Amino acid sequence: MNWFDDWALTLAVFLPAVGMAILLFVPRAQEQLIKIVALLTSLATLGVGIALLADFDYNGRGLQFTVNEQWIPVIHSRYHLGIDGISLPLLVLSMFITVLCVIYSWNHFPDPHNPKAFLALVLLLEVGMNGTFAAQDLILFFVFFEIVLLPMFFMIGVWGGPNREYASIKFFLFTLFGSAMMLLSFLALFFLSKVQTFDMVTLTHLHGAGIVHSTQVLLFAGLFLGFAIKVPMWPLHTWLPDAHTEAPTVGSVLLAAILLKMGAYGFIRIALPMLPSGAQTWAPWIGLLAVIGIIYGALGCLAQRDMKRLIAFSSIAHMGFVMLGIATLTSFGINAAVFGMVAHGLITGMLFFLAGSIQERYNTRELSRLGGLLSQAPYLGWILGFCAMASLGLPGLAGFWGEFPAILSAYDPTNPNGLWGGSAGTLWTFRVYMVIAAIGTVLAAGYLLWMFQRVAFGRARADFLDLHVHDVHVSEWIAWIPLLTLILALGIYPNLLFKMTDPAVTQIVGGINRVLG
Amino acid sequence: MNPHVDFHAIAPEIVLTAAILVVLVADLIWPERSRWTSSRIASIGVLAAMVPVITLAVDGTDRSLFDGAFVVDNYALALQGFFLAVAYVVILMSADYISEGDYYQGEYYFLMLTSVLGMVVMASARDLVSIFVALETITIPTFVLAGWRKHDEGSNEAAIKYFLIGVLSTAIMLYGMSLVFGETGTTLLSGIADYIRRPGTETTPLFAVAIFLTLGGFAFKVSAVPFHFWTPDTYQGAPTPVTAFLSVASKAGGFVAMLSIIAFGFFPSQDSWQPALWILAAASMIYGNLVALRQTNIVRMLAYSSIAQGGFILVPLAVAGDGHAAISSFEAVVIYILIYGAMNLGAFAVVIAVARRTRSAEISSYSGLGQTAPALAVTLSIFLLSLAGIPPLAGWFAKFVMFRAVFDAHTASSVVLGVIAAVASVIAFFYYAAVVRVMWFHDPAPESVTEMRQPVPAALTVAIALTTIVVVVVGIYPQFFARVGELAFRA
Repeated sequence: MNWFDDWALTLAVFLPAVGMAILLFVPRAQEQLIKIVALLTSLATLGVGIALLADFDYNGRGLQFTVNEQWIPVIHSRYHLGIDGISLPLLVLSMFITVLCVIYSWNHFPDPHNPKAFLALVLLLEVGMNGTFAAQDLILFFVFFEIVLLPMFFMIGVWGGPNREYASIKFFLFTLFGSAMMLLSFLALFFLSKVQTFDMVTLTHLHGAGIVHSTQVLLFAGLFLGFAIKVPMWPLHTWLPDAHTEAPTVGSVLLAAILLKMGAYGFIRIALPMLPSGAQTWAPWIGLLAVIGIIYGALGCLAQRDMKRLIAFSSIAHMGFVMLGIATLTSFGINAAVFGMVAHGLITGMLFFLAGSIQERYNTRELSRLGGLLSQAPYLGWILGFCAMASLGLPGLAGFWGEFPAILSAYDPTNPNGLWGGSAGTLWTFRVYMVIAAIGTVLAAGYLLWMFQRVAFGRARADFLDLHVHDVHVSEWIAWIPLLTLILALGIYPNLLFKMTDPAVTQIVGGINRVLG
Repeated sequence: MNPHVDFHAIAPEIVLTAAILVVLVADLIWPERSRWTSSRIASIGVLAAMVPVITLAVDGTDRSLFDGAFVVDNYALALQGFFLAVAYVVILMSADYISEGDYYQGEYYFLMLTSVLGMVVMASARDLVSIFVALETITIPTFVLAGWRKHDEGSNEAAIKYFLIGVLSTAIMLYGMSLVFGETGTTLLSGIADYIRRPGTETTPLFAVAIFLTLGGFAFKVSAVPFHFWTPDTYQGAPTPVTAFLSVASKAGGFVAMLSIIAFGFFPSQDSWQPALWILAAASMIYGNLVALRQTNIVRMLAYSSIAQGGFILVPLAVAGDGHAAISSFEAVVIYILIYGAMNLGAFAVVIAVARRTRSAEISSYSGLGQTAPALAVTLSIFLLSLAGIPPLAGWFAKFVMFRAVFDAHTASSVVLGVIAAVASVIAFFYYAAVVRVMWFHDPAPESVTEMRQPVPAALTVAIALTTIVVVVVGIYPQFFARVGELAFRA
């Protein structure tokens, strides 16, 4: 399997690019062929992902499947890929969601149609997403992090809703600004570190050695802007509701399921271990923004009239839990955060699929105009109910294992693995956060059940009574069953994921603790 | 006594001169209907001149001629290769444009090759006088080229404005150079550097003024704010291939002159040139980007964008004297020029292709191009987004090396300039993206669907394809250009 060890990640990242290149040479009229090429490419990529899962050493320490070749020697940047237990689930999630998106779009191409361009963009997006989770060099990471911008910009701008121009440019500018700041911090890291390098493994081992505390705080702020905009954290979230509302279904799914995770992943992979002392100063503030996000997102949801916008705001709340887990700087909290990311990817991705399908059937997403879905399309209605339950954190479904441990980790960040040993003030700050976050879960139950009730219960409104509503299509079943199964499987047996993430998280947190004593 | 002349070292210039003469004579003796061959002769001449550049690069020894006034080293060869490549692409872009219009083909290529000859000499010039001669060889033919459409008022205005301001700047520069000579007693750049380094030499106010005036002259050539007034009108009025030539080749010629003078001459006297360049860089980035936001004509927008890009190129120069930033700054300038050349030429090539069909350069006429001419829309999007610096297109690496130089310098003033550059890049994205939005997010006008059926001429297609390949490949694997930049200064 040596060959596979060396090439697996390169394949995982660039197979979609190959598929995209092939697509460009298929005439636009041959739609069937275009769809098949895209499907086969994404399936082949997922195949690599499954092989990675099978071949991964779950007890191993450090990176696996590493590739480390010259890339731009002049600036000391290398083509360095590798994955550990944190990257692996996110990488496979991204491959998995892409396949489902291709299947879902089989006969759901929004106007102005053009499957060729649409699927080419989806595949290009996958290159950026997979690359971000596999990159182990800051410059490489930056390039992959940025690659996703363009396809998403076009996806929103060309296939989006009525307000698409505003939403797409807003999305792009926010993220561009964040990544400019992030790049400046990367450069500063390079010049200030004991060893001048962009290598993420080396920088992680250095743990910010040689960078004084005040500088760390400043650099962390730069990284924070880059990642927090992507997550997005309150108050940098304003691009998200617009982007989600206007994006086509597949765009929303990819945005919610994967793109948001890139920000949180950046915190865990780059910001915390490379600038631990800066992270320590910032953590309580990140926690504060996280809980504000939880409450703000929930209240925002209660005020929405548009189903998609409601799900978008719920994303802000859910990512708040993820960020709260990260802010505790405990291995318990960060494990919860990674779980929360995967769970949110599955559940919210599914919810956006549902919103898209409902809009297609009723031509509206207005909650006040919908109703009676259970009587008109029972399967669709029950799937919506299932996902709403999963999203509000019902034990036994995946959402629970992201939220509950995150809240719990805030109760006691002073445990032996935590950093706040001597500081009673910080301890109590986090306990207050915990209470607020717990209130957030109650609100979440409120808005999700309210949405489910409005959409599914009762009778359809008069103008939709005679409408023939097709229940779940074949392409929808194929795209959704894997998601629903995973939501259930991870809910019943969360260790499936925790055993993957725990060694890697322990290693990162252990390193931070050693430095900060 | 005859000086010893190393003919291998000046072979590129000799080949190019021969090509110029052939173009001129062929135009005289050949009948009207075979005039189209001028463009072929010109492009073959440019490619032939590339051969000695390559053999010299393979040979690898530094050669110095005419008492050090003319030097062939990696730096010179890298830029000569760049200028010849640019010239080749511009000829491809001109071929159909010039032969279809009622223009004088032979003279056109004669003038263009003469200007290119000036650039090739410029890359090797290491003496104030040879730099001046090279710069005039570059500039004078372009005065005529800018006014090529002689029945068009805009073209006449373009030429006159360019001429008047060009002559003025030359006068200022020459005055500055004469003061430099008066102070140092030499016109050799290395001699000037030795003079400044000599212990006990103090920078007199007069010397500072001399440096300032010399650089001011170049600031006109590279249209740095506040010396930019001719640029928008000239760019808009001149025939579009000439505009592409002006905005890439002639501008790069100015930058190369500036870089040579600073790197090999004025460098030790950093206090006298750094502040001036700092202001030029900051002003160009801010003004160019802000005014570009309001443009409705794409050529005019690209004119302001080229002013702004000039500001980005000046950033590393403006911080070169700080800390140990010198080498990485000079590298950054060379790399930025190479990448800027590819993406800006490409953008103009697509603009020419679109204008052939719509007869318009208004941004509104690009609406729906994504549906009517997807290939042109894709390539133009690639070039514009590369100019905006979005990975994985080449522009990101140009911006990256610029920021790296800023961090290498590591002083308060350099960091401020870096922050201005960062903000300016975000602003720049607005107007580049505005065109992209019009092309992809808007629906085409009904009449443009039929207009768009006309095929793009082969030469123009090759020009677009070449520049696209460079922009995409260098974006993914920047080492190609990074290595050139490194070789130029670290040998």
